[in-house]
Amino acid sequence: MNLRISALEYAEGVQNGSISAEDFVAGTLEHIAKVDEKIHAFLSVYDGAVDRARDIDKKIRSGEKVGACCGMPISVKDNICIRGEKTTCASKMLEDYVSPYDATVISRLRDEDAVFVGKVNMDEFAMGLTTEFSAFGPSYNPWDTSLTPGGSSGGSAASVSAFECVASLGSDTGGSVRNPASFCSVVGYKPTYGLVSRYGLISYANSIEQIGPLARTVKDTAFLLDVIAGPDPHDNTTVKGGGRYLPGIESGIEGKKIGIVSEMTGEGTDPAVASATSDAISRLEGLGATCETVSLDMVKYSVAAYYTITATEAGSNLARYDNLRYGYDLGVEGYEFNSYVEKARSRFGPEVIRRMILGGFVPSAGHAGRYFLKALKIKSKLAREVGGAFEKFDLLLSPTVPMLPFEIGAKIDDPVSLFLVDINTVTANLTGRPAISVPFAVSGKRPIGMQLMADSMCDAELLQAAFALEQTVRLPEVPL
Amino acid sequence: MIKIGLEIHCQLTNLESKLLCTCKADYRGFGTNENICPVCMGLPGSLPRLNREAVKNAMMIAMALNCTVPEKIAFFRKNYFYPDLPKNFQITQLNIYGPTSVGGPGYVMLGKKKIGLLRIQLEEDPGRIIYEGTSKNMVTLVDYNRAGTPLVEIVTEPDFESPRQIREFVNILSDLFENLGVADPSLEGAMRADANISIHGGKRVEIKNIGSFHDLEKAAHFEITRQESLHSRDMEIAQETRHWDDQRKITTSSRSKEEALDYRYFLEGDIPWVRVEQDLMDELRSEMPESISSKRGRYVSELGVPDQVADVLSSDKFYSDLFEKSQTGSNAKEIANLITTDLMGLVDTREKRTASKVTATHLRDLADSILAGRISRSSAKDALYEMVKSGKDLDQVVSEMDLGNVSDESEIEKVVLAVVAKEPLAVEQAREDPKALNYLVGKVMKITRGKADPQITMSLVKKAINV
Repeated sequence: MNLRISALEYAEGVQNGSISAEDFVAGTLEHIAKVDEKIHAFLSVYDGAVDRARDIDKKIRSGEKVGACCGMPISVKDNICIRGEKTTCASKMLEDYVSPYDATVISRLRDEDAVFVGKVNMDEFAMGLTTEFSAFGPSYNPWDTSLTPGGSSGGSAASVSAFECVASLGSDTGGSVRNPASFCSVVGYKPTYGLVSRYGLISYANSIEQIGPLARTVKDTAFLLDVIAGPDPHDNTTVKGGGRYLPGIESGIEGKKIGIVSEMTGEGTDPAVASATSDAISRLEGLGATCETVSLDMVKYSVAAYYTITATEAGSNLARYDNLRYGYDLGVEGYEFNSYVEKARSRFGPEVIRRMILGGFVPSAGHAGRYFLKALKIKSKLAREVGGAFEKFDLLLSPTVPMLPFEIGAKIDDPVSLFLVDINTVTANLTGRPAISVPFAVSGKRPIGMQLMADSMCDAELLQAAFALEQTVRLPEVPL
Repeated sequence: MIKIGLEIHCQLTNLESKLLCTCKADYRGFGTNENICPVCMGLPGSLPRLNREAVKNAMMIAMALNCTVPEKIAFFRKNYFYPDLPKNFQITQLNIYGPTSVGGPGYVMLGKKKIGLLRIQLEEDPGRIIYEGTSKNMVTLVDYNRAGTPLVEIVTEPDFESPRQIREFVNILSDLFENLGVADPSLEGAMRADANISIHGGKRVEIKNIGSFHDLEKAAHFEITRQESLHSRDMEIAQETRHWDDQRKITTSSRSKEEALDYRYFLEGDIPWVRVEQDLMDELRSEMPESISSKRGRYVSELGVPDQVADVLSSDKFYSDLFEKSQTGSNAKEIANLITTDLMGLVDTREKRTASKVTATHLRDLADSILAGRISRSSAKDALYEMVKSGKDLDQVVSEMDLGNVSDESEIEKVVLAVVAKEPLAVEQAREDPKALNYLVGKVMKITRGKADPQITMSLVKKAINV
């Protein structure tokens, strides 16, 4: 069974009878059993997925209509709720938590006959860039298992890259889909804020995060976005007016104006990444686009603002984990409420605790003015700047991450230098803009992704540009 | 000098669903933790889903209390840990970043006294904590059925100078809620209040946990007395939070020292700003029932109802609705009298009101009959009693209870002749002084139990004594 095919190739194969969903899903599960010891992408694997796939085959044989996903095996980041399944956020706090309901993205994929093969690893509560903050141990980069797959949706990216699924759902708060996509050489998408329902996504920083697909190709990404995007009465922040993304994806980028963000391509960029970026610029120009440098001054402060805002929201969003209504087994006898909560919360990992302490401080009375409110000011200034840039440009380009994938353990003890890995990705989150990471080059065994960003609700245009860029690239196969 | 400011929380009990999910707003009658869902339990991944009707109701209250309504309404998170708070933050409103709560400054008039209102805010009610067992072996239980019930908070300026003013204020509020059809403050747990009380410009004491409008006045009274007694003995009044003990009807110092909590307020990003378009304001205005003061004015100037009667009638929605439906102009005054002097005494409790079978048609028929002289006022009262009880129509009641006026001359004449024969002295007087005729008429009325037509009786009496 050839598992190295795209989601659309899979769907076509199942529909024309050349692929059996059952065989493919069974093959995928076998493959997971074989390679995941090395990759550790999965936190739970659903053996029942084969039964689901068998039902799809039956439907097809009997001429019944099947959904667009045709039983394709999909992995799901473990902060997205699936009914009746564990949803741990890679945290000891929720080690045995079983969600009683489906996230909206899950119901939408189910309606289109997707098959979930399991939940994948992440940094605890999505706080991190390497999956090293997972309470259940890190994931490993399929290109080189000494490297981090990136994060926080590292399990998602690794599982797509290692053919343990055809696509995955991740979440992107500051680059958490795009960063691991770049490190693992897959496509990663952060939609316009409000395009995809967050109902059932366990909040970290709810005002800026989005669920996004990770897939092998830009077309697969657009296909998945067509399934999961659209207004949802369960999420008041979802917006109307999104279109269709796969149709028209081959429209090309002739005549488009692309801004190269100088703050994301300058000092501190790895030489291999810088040269890949120049390469990308000339290929885009070769496709008929015009490229020009643009400066976004506020990007300098964006990471500081990002961590201030996300810590504030995290401090509030994670406050509910007091172990009273759900959680793990810890008797309440003999505790007063506050001391019980304190005791229960000691199960949070170090990064979560760090950010919650920060989140208790930066918005507190007497300090909010210097930190939280200032961060909000930067956020709105940045949004104005980016808005100005999109008056002139259709798209903004930068490398997704200014550095190459690094070794596991290299930065874990230096949280501040780890923060700087986010410099190119947080702007899209802080300003609500859509952004994509497209696999562009491999330096040694270290993948490099290019990031394109577009104006809000220009997701279709962004995917068209990403598709055009993708077509100029020939990459080696993952050495698995 | 007494200064009291109030924070009044009132559930919007007439709504179908909770503020942020589709569970029932009226949680009463559910088994423990049966009126809950992932959203109001704050389960991982759940998101609030704003109930637009709740916003509309709260805005109506704000408008009815003369408050400004902002252009944009926003919700904030108030972060603190408490077992009854499923998310360990409460979704509420405040105005620190500009006017964004459903109601800005407003006022209520108590006669000529003006009570300023700081703001009206809409928020979610927490769950309910139940303590069980003995003090040695206390168990804390939480019922989340109530969590997320829409709650309107009304914050006043410290403008109250006496418990009596508080009573007047809460009476106005109760009437207003009922008139708007948004809440029933008399339901158990539907209304709670905190009061800030200081005397002689001294330290401010906050009284929490007052569970009914009735107790609010009592608590204020108790606290003022307590502070006055300290003051008169030159003892210091501590700035503190005290709890209202509704069993013993006293305030007690909170045992645990409450630290000044930092709620780390920030915008609730999961609920987008609600833009208050002119359309919405117009819609609300058209949906809003006529205000009590406008009703009162109309009753007096258009329908000729006396001031005091109009006052009583307009402030109670049950009666004013009945009045509006039954009156046809000429009978308005009579119906207003029937309601305020007779009906109010008959249905003076909620239970009696609910059980009452009296309708607008009953009142209209009754008033018209009085005006046409077909029934006397005292018989009308008896008829009304029967209507409330059985719902029978006027004709049936009159014939069954024999309440109709007697206008058959021969029947009245018999009585008149009997009276004239029995009262020769009065007859003599009446011949000299026409005023004394009334005595004889009165005698006839007494014997006929008020049913004799007064005009016919008078002419028959005159005829019988040749005046």
